[in-house]
Amino acid sequence: MALSKIWVLAEASDGKVTTTTLELLTKARELAGTVEAVYAGGDADAVAGQLGEYGATKVLTTGDLGGALPGVPVAGAIAAAVEGGDAPDAILAATSYTGRDVAGRLSVKLDRTVLTNNVDLEVDGDSLVTTEPVFGGTTNVKTTFTAGGPHIVLIRPKSFAAEPAGGGAAAVETIAVPDAGKSGGAVVTNRHVEEREGPSLDDAAIVVAGGRGLGESDKYAMVEDLAKLLKGAPGASRAIVDAGWVPYSYQVGQTGKVVKPTVYIAAGISGATQHMVGMKGSKNIIAINKDAEAPIFSISDLGIVGDVHKVLPQLIEALKAR
Amino acid sequence: MNVVVCVKQIPDPADPGALDPNTKTLKRDGKLILDESDSYGVEMALQLVTAAGGGEVTLVSMAPNGEVSGLRTALAMGAAKAILVSDEALAGSDALGTAKVLAKAIERVEAADLILTATESSDGYTGTVPEQIAGLLDLPSVTFAKQIEIDGSTVKVQRQTDAGFDEVECPLPAVVSVTAGVVEPRYPSFKGIMAAKSKPVDTLTVADLGLDASAVGWAGAGQQIVAIEEAPAREAGEVIEDDGAAFEKIVAYLDNLKVL
Repeated sequence: MALSKIWVLAEASDGKVTTTTLELLTKARELAGTVEAVYAGGDADAVAGQLGEYGATKVLTTGDLGGALPGVPVAGAIAAAVEGGDAPDAILAATSYTGRDVAGRLSVKLDRTVLTNNVDLEVDGDSLVTTEPVFGGTTNVKTTFTAGGPHIVLIRPKSFAAEPAGGGAAAVETIAVPDAGKSGGAVVTNRHVEEREGPSLDDAAIVVAGGRGLGESDKYAMVEDLAKLLKGAPGASRAIVDAGWVPYSYQVGQTGKVVKPTVYIAAGISGATQHMVGMKGSKNIIAINKDAEAPIFSISDLGIVGDVHKVLPQLIEALKAR
Repeated sequence: MNVVVCVKQIPDPADPGALDPNTKTLKRDGKLILDESDSYGVEMALQLVTAAGGGEVTLVSMAPNGEVSGLRTALAMGAAKAILVSDEALAGSDALGTAKVLAKAIERVEAADLILTATESSDGYTGTVPEQIAGLLDLPSVTFAKQIEIDGSTVKVQRQTDAGFDEVECPLPAVVSVTAGVVEPRYPSFKGIMAAKSKPVDTLTVADLGLDASAVGWAGAGQQIVAIEEAPAREAGEVIEDDGAAFEKIVAYLDNLKVL
């Protein structure tokens, strides 16, 4: 039995729908007869084509939020639409900044629980069952909702493959944003973009990540050099992000990015469960660590028990020489 | 400047976690410690109160078993007092139930200007509680703060984004979630540790908060775990000791994948 209708919280940047949104639309199509997107932004017409191609028949848009953080206005608009009688069975969002903010606010508005950090979704009879990996991805917990819908579910990026359905552009409909008074008072006054060269962590075919085993922050340059030579993206464990060596946007793991590149090179990373859950889906894992007992070796395809300060410079020189 | 910091006391992450086979939830019956993620909010709060030249930091926490050791750690850092909601009825609470309890406890703190939380706990990591608390208190909120500055009745936040960070302005009172690693949490001094022993910890039950027990715990949770399964394991491959030429192995491996 399938669900009748699912809403997917769509996200886009510079007029391009995020890959995670397309993944969620693809999964939603499999679970429900009707899939619609909810989109906060002034350019719904521009994204309606992509959303339609991946299965959304409608885009419900709040229009431009005028710099307001999306949590309050978008949750308010969704709750008003639900209360207006247009309730879907489930609302899916990505485990992203926007997804988490909207889902948290919405759960209060609708007095419904949110299930977070999921990597799979299935319909079992009348119930929606979610799968959340715990303990570094060694155990999966399956959970179902006990109260009525709409069920709110947050899904981790790269949980599903995005496949187009070949549909035409989604029909754009405006949904009203109720006045939230002072509670909607958080407004963005300025945006800062950190310049990064090369592919993003999300899209790179090769990721080179560094951890505490590098010893000190200036040794991270080796990770960046190697990533550049391989046309990949540099990443990091939580330990060195917390230590301030690199920005949070470099972090791979439970609290950072989920990556699934063709090759993942872990340099000086021991393999805390926090980290492994973000990279164990990589096709090939190469690990360099001086501790032969490091957990990272239990999931690596090629493990080098050695000193990153020796192996990385040698590897960089050898690649430069080619 | 009065700041409330929501803190969680969790099983030591250094010990391997385990699920209770009966309740299918994380075992939290051993010794609990202050979640390291919360130490950044405590530090940030102490710095803001110092910068404002007055006010105090109040901790709000929820624990199933009256545990206070994590609260004592934060009190030793410099927080003035704590509210601990502890009740058997809280076992099994979902994120929304947790937020309902914390919001009610926060309402008891007089003249709170700012409520700080971590972005997520290190044991449950749902990451939705800060927004849920703000929603229940009908307050504005800013999540993922890496820097906070108070300017009169406004909080100015540098908020992390995928691309970098946004500058966000928000009227007070507000809820702000703080990312890990953005300040250096102070180590409690000996004097601080001694002083913490006599700082007030107000221990409350669900009934004290005026909440119906059916709204929290197992009774109020809108979710039920139906299965716990072992995830498919990834096979370990070749592990070699570096003899000075291991880099050649890596080059050959990459060559074989045709990614060079």
